[in-house]
Amino acid sequence: MSECSDCRSCGARAVLEFPGSSTAAKAVAVIGPPNSGKTTLFNRLTGLRQKVANFPGVTVEQHTGIAELPDGRAVRLIDLPGVYSLSPRSEDEQVAYDVLTGNRDDTPKPEAILLVLDSTNLARHLMLAAPILALGVPTLIILNMADDLRNRGGHLNLDKLAAELGAPVALISARQGEGIGQVFDFLAGAMPKPAPKELPVLHDVPKCRQWAGRVGIEAAYRPPLAPKWTRRLDAVFLHPAIGPLVFVAVVFAVFQTIFNAAVPLMDGVKWLFDVSGNWITTTLPDSLIRSLLVEGVWKGVGSVVVFLPQVLLLFLFIAILEDSGYLARAALIADRTMAKVGLQGKSFIPLLSAYACAVPAIMSTRTIENRRDRIATILIAPFMTCSARLPVYTLIIAAFIPQRHVVGPFLNTRAAAMLALYVLGFLAAVVTARLLKSSILKTGRTPFLLEMPSYRWPTFQSIGLRLYDRSKVFLRRAGTVILLVTVILWIMANLPTQNGHIPAIENSLAGTIGRTIEPVLKPLGFNWKIGIGLITSLAARETIIATLGTIYGMDPKSHGLDLQNAIHRDLTPGGAVALLVFFAFAMQCISTIAVVRRETGGWKWPILQFSYMSVLAYAGAFVAAHLIR
Amino acid sequence: MQLSGNCDQPEVFSATLVDLVRGDAAILDRIDLPGDDARRLMELGFLPGTRVTAGLSAPGGDPRVFQVDGSEIALRRETARRLKVRLEKAPRRGPRV
Repeated sequence: MSECSDCRSCGARAVLEFPGSSTAAKAVAVIGPPNSGKTTLFNRLTGLRQKVANFPGVTVEQHTGIAELPDGRAVRLIDLPGVYSLSPRSEDEQVAYDVLTGNRDDTPKPEAILLVLDSTNLARHLMLAAPILALGVPTLIILNMADDLRNRGGHLNLDKLAAELGAPVALISARQGEGIGQVFDFLAGAMPKPAPKELPVLHDVPKCRQWAGRVGIEAAYRPPLAPKWTRRLDAVFLHPAIGPLVFVAVVFAVFQTIFNAAVPLMDGVKWLFDVSGNWITTTLPDSLIRSLLVEGVWKGVGSVVVFLPQVLLLFLFIAILEDSGYLARAALIADRTMAKVGLQGKSFIPLLSAYACAVPAIMSTRTIENRRDRIATILIAPFMTCSARLPVYTLIIAAFIPQRHVVGPFLNTRAAAMLALYVLGFLAAVVTARLLKSSILKTGRTPFLLEMPSYRWPTFQSIGLRLYDRSKVFLRRAGTVILLVTVILWIMANLPTQNGHIPAIENSLAGTIGRTIEPVLKPLGFNWKIGIGLITSLAARETIIATLGTIYGMDPKSHGLDLQNAIHRDLTPGGAVALLVFFAFAMQCISTIAVVRRETGGWKWPILQFSYMSVLAYAGAFVAAHLIR
Repeated sequence: MQLSGNCDQPEVFSATLVDLVRGDAAILDRIDLPGDDARRLMELGFLPGTRVTAGLSAPGGDPRVFQVDGSEIALRRETARRLKVRLEKAPRRGPRV
């Protein structure tokens, strides 16, 4: 094969030699500047056949997917991070550069490149074409957002542009699916090497821009008119008075929906689990296996899966806000406030997502280029009241606080208590951020840059794919970590057997462990049962519910009671408040610890974070337990 | 006119991006920032000789959005201060006729 480098059908034949094997599929890289619609195109080409992982050793996410060509052949697409240039300064640029030049062992050197550029801002985006074409790899220049270009009166001569660049050019709209056929044609075809007429000095930005401008003129590029709707919407969303009001309304609407609109859906999921659990109970004969299956597995996993609707609703909101372009405006409005605690507008997005779950929030800190700002955001994100804390808060509040109106029909005592816990977590985050930014994470002067994309309608496909992705991650966690913890707990609660019988819960292995740590927890007002719950909740906060459900269910004194009443009998009001405070501050989440380790590239930050949050949780709970008697 | 004092200056007025109010345009002269930061700004379109127009801002005027080379980029005041520009008009415009 070595001498056939000029052979035009080489790529095609290589695939024919290894039919059916996905490792033999051509690897093709997708690259483009941020906001060029690169990911939309990637989603359009691969659909559900994609996989997200991390490039080993770095914190850059690696999206790969399989695109199926009309003739049935498969192409492996690698979605590279959005970059403005190939000069490797940031980690993203380094990874993009290494993949394209074949310098990463974990990723095959791409046989071709799909370069995605925004056709409505062609002159500037063409700057990236220079270093890409200089690689000498077969490249298709994809001019995205054709619909926008047309609607706003822009124009260009594709043949002339292709002649200037010496590479095929396709004008498409990834959102609408227009012109996707041309991309498939390129992938299925001969893929010639590029032969540009001229390339600029690559590391000279002004020269590259001049070259891009000249190419644009040669291709008779007429830039489109300013986006009318974006200007109109910005006049509202960035209005000095209306803008902040809209901002507050949006944040309020998000919360209102995840707390109220999610309830019927969550009740539905709960009902499904109850009905199916009862069905298993009546179908199977009474045995240890049935007890494990129903009490352990079904109730444990069910108590977590109930929260899926809530998590999905939050991600739905974040996806809509992000894809529509509003999130960049929100970051702009929030910047001043975030700057007061030493952070910046871009931290707002991850911190808002942290109200759903710290794991995706920490992953989304990648948009923050400044490393110190990024680490500070990662360290405070778990203080935001994530959805896993909700079941714990809901249960304890319902058990101890009677439902009464505070401010007319708008706010009742329980909602006020919930709100107070949100404020508590937020305050802890603010104080921590200030501490960090005035000590170990003091920032040098890196400029804050935020590109304002044009407003666009989000597409069902892109939002659907993200929600699908999120549900997969959430359910996988419920099906693995939480399932495992529940089963281990069930076993520990049923061993060692006494005269062939199941032991009383306090004599079981779990009970022994609980009673061993009881002296440490006594000052907080917790007994050994809560202690076991705290241990199992180290895996994931919501596990404590399943744990307490199992323990109280096996304890004859509380067997007939529901969980709420059982807890009410077992905990003093002071202990209840202490437990709430403990959950507000503690970092009880293995997934978060794992993702922090991955994103910060070592154990230093997660260990520091876990210790800090644990000390704060213990101290906070201690104070609460002694203030409220 | 009270502006005549300013008009004695040469045709070109030097200032920074911070001096622009909404709708003002100016030609970027140079970027007073370390190499990598300046490069990042240049990749986003802030090249010397380019026309920059001040746009909307967050409440309080900071950060402000600037239109440059077909894009809209928001900069904080502390960064905008480092971007020196040549004004096309006097910094403060007289009453409209």
